[in-house]
Parts: sequence; C-alpha cells; structure tokens
Amino acid sequence: MGLTYIDWIIMLLYFASVLGIGAVLKRYIKTSTDFFLAGRSIPAWICGLAFLSANLGAQEVIGMAASGAKYGIATSHFYWIGAIPAMIFVGLFMMPFYYGSKARSVPEYLRLRFDEKTRGLNAISFAVMTVFSSGISMYAMARLIQVLHVLDPIFDRLHLARSGIFHVSVIASAIIVLIYIFLGGLTSAIYNEVLQFFLIVAGFIPLVWLGLKNVGGWHGLTEKLPAAFTHSWMGMSSPQTNPLGVDWFGLVAGLGFVLSFGYWCTDFLVVQRAMAADSMTAARRTPLIAAFPKMFFPFLVILPGLIAIALPSATAHLTATKAGVTTVAVENYSQGLIPPKVDPNTGKPLLDREGKPIMDYDLAIPNMLLHYFPTGILGLGLTALLASFMSGMAGNVTAFNTVWTYDIYQSYIRPHESDEHYLWMGRVSTVFGIALSVLAAYATTRFNNIMDMLQLVFAFVNAPLFATFLLGMFWKRATGHGAFFGLLSGTIAAAVHHGLTLPAGETVGIKGGWLGPILHYYPSDMAQNFWTAIWAWTTCFVVTIVVSLLTQPREESKLVGLVYSLTEKRSEKHLPWYQRPVSLAVVIIVVLVLLNVFFG
Amino acid sequence: MGIDIRLPIGFVFALVGILLTAFGAASNPAIYQRSLGVNVNLYWGLVLLAFGLIMVMLGRRGMRKLKD
Repeated sequence: MGLTYIDWIIMLLYFASVLGIGAVLKRYIKTSTDFFLAGRSIPAWICGLAFLSANLGAQEVIGMAASGAKYGIATSHFYWIGAIPAMIFVGLFMMPFYYGSKARSVPEYLRLRFDEKTRGLNAISFAVMTVFSSGISMYAMARLIQVLHVLDPIFDRLHLARSGIFHVSVIASAIIVLIYIFLGGLTSAIYNEVLQFFLIVAGFIPLVWLGLKNVGGWHGLTEKLPAAFTHSWMGMSSPQTNPLGVDWFGLVAGLGFVLSFGYWCTDFLVVQRAMAADSMTAARRTPLIAAFPKMFFPFLVILPGLIAIALPSATAHLTATKAGVTTVAVENYSQGLIPPKVDPNTGKPLLDREGKPIMDYDLAIPNMLLHYFPTGILGLGLTALLASFMSGMAGNVTAFNTVWTYDIYQSYIRPHESDEHYLWMGRVSTVFGIALSVLAAYATTRFNNIMDMLQLVFAFVNAPLFATFLLGMFWKRATGHGAFFGLLSGTIAAAVHHGLTLPAGETVGIKGGWLGPILHYYPSDMAQNFWTAIWAWTTCFVVTIVVSLLTQPREESKLVGLVYSLTEKRSEKHLPWYQRPVSLAVVIIVVLVLLNVFFG
Repeated sequence: MGIDIRLPIGFVFALVGILLTAFGAASNPAIYQRSLGVNVNLYWGLVLLAFGLIMVMLGRRGMRKLKD
C-alpha cells in the first residue's frame, strides 16, 4: 500500500507511547481501587473523552462509514437519536445512583438494589460478552492489516509466508494491550483512550476536508447523491420510503429508546469510565462532556462513506482478494471508491439473487485513506485506525477484569481475601481475559456463524436490561424477584420475536424465523432488530412490575441512595453554570435540534 | 493520577507534527497529486505541532498544580 519509513516511524511512535504510559502509571497502582477504578481520581473531561472513545472501536469507525455509504446521512440517527438522548439521561438521572451508591461495577449496583441472583445473571453474561467482543475486535484488526497489505513488504523481505500475517497481528495486538493494562489498569486504558480520541480526530479531519474539497463541499455532495442520502429524516413516515427500511416510531422507540438507553445507561464498559471520575458532579458531567464531540462525529466517520460513493468510479483501490488483483469486471461494478465483494477463487464480483453486485462497504474508510493520503499522513491515518482497534479491545478487557474480580471471583469463589489479593487477581484476569479473546478471535476465523449467533444471543440478553434499571432506580417497589424474572422473560421474548419474524428477502435461520411459523415480514433487518428490542423491553417492564407486586418489598431504609425517591437531591447552586450538568444538557439538546433541522 | 495526561499527548502530537512538517518540506511535490495538490504533510504537520505544544504547556501547568 505504498508505506515508507515515515509512516512506520509514526506508527512505532504511537506504540512506544502507549507502552510508555503504562510503564509510568505502574508506580501509582497500589490498591485494587487504583487498578479497577483508577482510584476514582480522574477529572471529568478525561473521563468524558474516554467514555466516548471506549465505544469508538474501529469496527464502529469502519462500520459507520460503511453504513454511510449504504444508507446515507440517515446513519447519523445512530448518533443523534441513538446515543445523545441516552447519554444525557445517564448523566443527569442515573449517575447519582451508580456513583453515589459506591458500587464498584454495574452488576454490583444490581446486587445492592435487588439481589444476588440478578447480579450473577448480569455479571456472567457481561463477562462472556466482553471476551467475545474483544476477540472480534482483534479478528477485525488482523483482517484489516491483511487486506491493506500493511505487513506484506516486511514479510517478503524476511522471506516469511504471508499466511503468518494474521497470526502476527493477533498476537502483537494482544501483547501490547496486555502490557499496558497489566501495568496501569483502568488509568492506563483511559489515558490511551484519550490519546486515541485525539488521533482519530487528527487522522480524519484532513480526510474529510480533502474529500469535501474534491466533491465541492456539502452542497456538491447533495447534488451528486440521491436526496434521501443527504436528508436524514426524508421518507421516515413509512418504512418503504427510506433507505433504512424503518418507520419513525420503530426508529425512535427501538433505536432511540430501548437499544441506546440499554447500551449507554447500563453497559459497564462505558459506565466504568464515569465511575472513575473524581467527584459526583464529575461523574455526572462525564457522559455530557462526551456528548459534545459525539454529536459531531457523524461528520468525521459517516461523511467519508458518503464521499466514497459520490466520487466518480475510478480504479478501485482495494478489493478483498488474495493479492489485491482487480479485474476489469470488478471496476465496472464499483460505486465510487466502493468495490463489489469478490469471490476469492474466481476473482469475479459476487452477485445477489437479483443479479446486483454485493458491495464491500467496509472498504469505504480504507479506500478513502489510500485515495487521498500520500505517505506521511497515511501513517497517521493508519495509526488512528490501529489506535481505535486497540482501545476497543482494552475497553472490553478492563471491564472484564473488574467484573470478573469483584462480581464473580470475590462474590462466589474467594470472598474475604486481602485487597492485595484482588489486585493480583485483577492482573491475572487481565492475562486470561486476553488469552480468551485470542481464542475467540481464532474461533471467529473458523466458525463465522457461531459468532453471528453469539452476537444475536447478546442482543437478546441486552435488550430488556434498561427496563430493569429504570424500574430499579425510579420505582422503590421493584423487587429482586421481579427484576430477575423480568430480565429472563425479556430475553426469552426477544428470542421468540426473532424466531417468529423475518426480514424480507432473507432465508430462515440466523436472520430469524427459526421457530417455525413466520408471523411477520419486516422490510429490513434493522426494522426487525428494533422491534425485537421493543418487544423484549416491554415484556421485561411488565413482568418486573407484576412479579414485584406479588413479592415482598424491601425495607425502604435499605434503598436509600439506590432509588430516586429515597435519595437526597444534591444542590448544584454553588457551581458556575457551565459546570452544572443540567445546563450542559440544555446546550446539548439545542445543538442536537439544530443539527437535525439542518440535515433533516 | 500521577501524570497529567496532556503531557504525553502533547509530546506525541508535537513529535508527529515535527516529523510530518519536516517530511512535507523535503518531499517530492509529485506525491501530493493524491491530495489534490495540497501538501497535507506540511500544513497538517504544523497544525499538529501547534496543538502538541499547547497541550504540553497546559500539561506542565497541570503538573505544577498536581504537586502543590
């Protein structure tokens, strides 16, 4: 891909500083709280950027650009509807209980509020999920390094077989993440996430700038693309008239409410970043500070996808074939910089049932980088991508070692040990968490369907979660039995709904319909996902209420600090307005409305 | 937590900035055909260098506060 020494120096500089940060921080890690919660001593702005970055893995960066190329600016709903409102909610209303209860993890909050079995259910499913997520991240990074031929010249020079590139990429990334988390724990992960945030911004601003300059600015883009691609709300009244195949209700309720609140408000991976904050107000400000850059990320990660399809189809830069061979046939099928997927054996483009080529949208970002960046800045762009893969992995690993040590090991295996013992366990679990991730990465290469299935199961487990937290925090009558059976039935409801419905044009199997009769066909799999989530959430909500009313309530004195109505409201009058969470939230909402009006 | 994060970030960006600026100034203009004739290495290198220096400055001030 035409890398020269300057690109390598920039990449090596990044890796050296990542390890250096870990080494410097090692001195400050003395207790388990230092290791797992960064000593609860991090300023709000750092937590905020880490909160944002932990979620900004490279799959997100590459996936959002891919989705931008496929669906257009409507992808921004994943940010403007799908993230920001939930981030405001968790900051304003939920953080007081997470931070104030002194729980050390999200599952631990569930034990304080409900009971042991609810915590166990959440802790175990979460731990399994993080290991697989970081494994998938590792797999995706190794694949990208293969597809971009980053290491090919080095391997050729050393006379090594190119088939080893995948293994070297997996092992090297595992070792680097292992070293810096082993040494510096959560602080190290957070510091590197902040570094990654700035690298992504530094790598992508020039890319978007050059792309926009090339197509004639935003105005030029609107002229080159179909109208629905540059208007995020166009045709949202009916699923048949917009690129996503969902209607506005499914979008707002499914994505905006159930899925995004379920993720941003209950997922320990992100909440952990806020728990590391140095004060309650800092913890509440964390998601709000993250919301500001988050609102503008569509311009960095979705726009490159739009630009990639708006460009004239020149020569395709990359197709995911073995040697990067592009045939004339492939170029004819390309859409802008997006090539079709290619059959690795014949070199011919893959066609769907209607004879249209299946596009390889995931190559939007890599091809944009290669199209616009000369050597030098190309190294910076590549570093930004590698950094986001690493912190995606690191985020999962730090969440895993905390939940494992506090919620599984300390609760069920070895309680009453010294703090040093748990600190030691934290480091040990970092090692085996990463080892398991490597296994998961290899499992992905072997059994692609198994990974799809696992992700589906995680979706079922996650969908109802927010109902449990909502009732737990705002209804003091909710009980442990109610929460546990609500979660179980919500997960079952998700699976049943998925098993009885199918997106149009799909075959029965992993996409749905596996329970036999198909009761409903959705216009797209996105619509099916959103409605699966809505069903799961509603079932959990109703079952939790019914079971709670039938079971013994907890004493109110035990719920102080855990439930809204029983917790003293903190006054923020002494803070200047720009430090008050409420006023930050108001500013965010105003900007959000403006963005939706302008790009709507 | 021990070190002010702006310090290492500042150093990384200042170094990358210097590298890109120097490379941009010395490199063959032909390679900038890709980037629409703009010497992105030079200009973006200068921006990153400035950003890095500001971060180092803020970081040093932060470190002094940390020690007090």
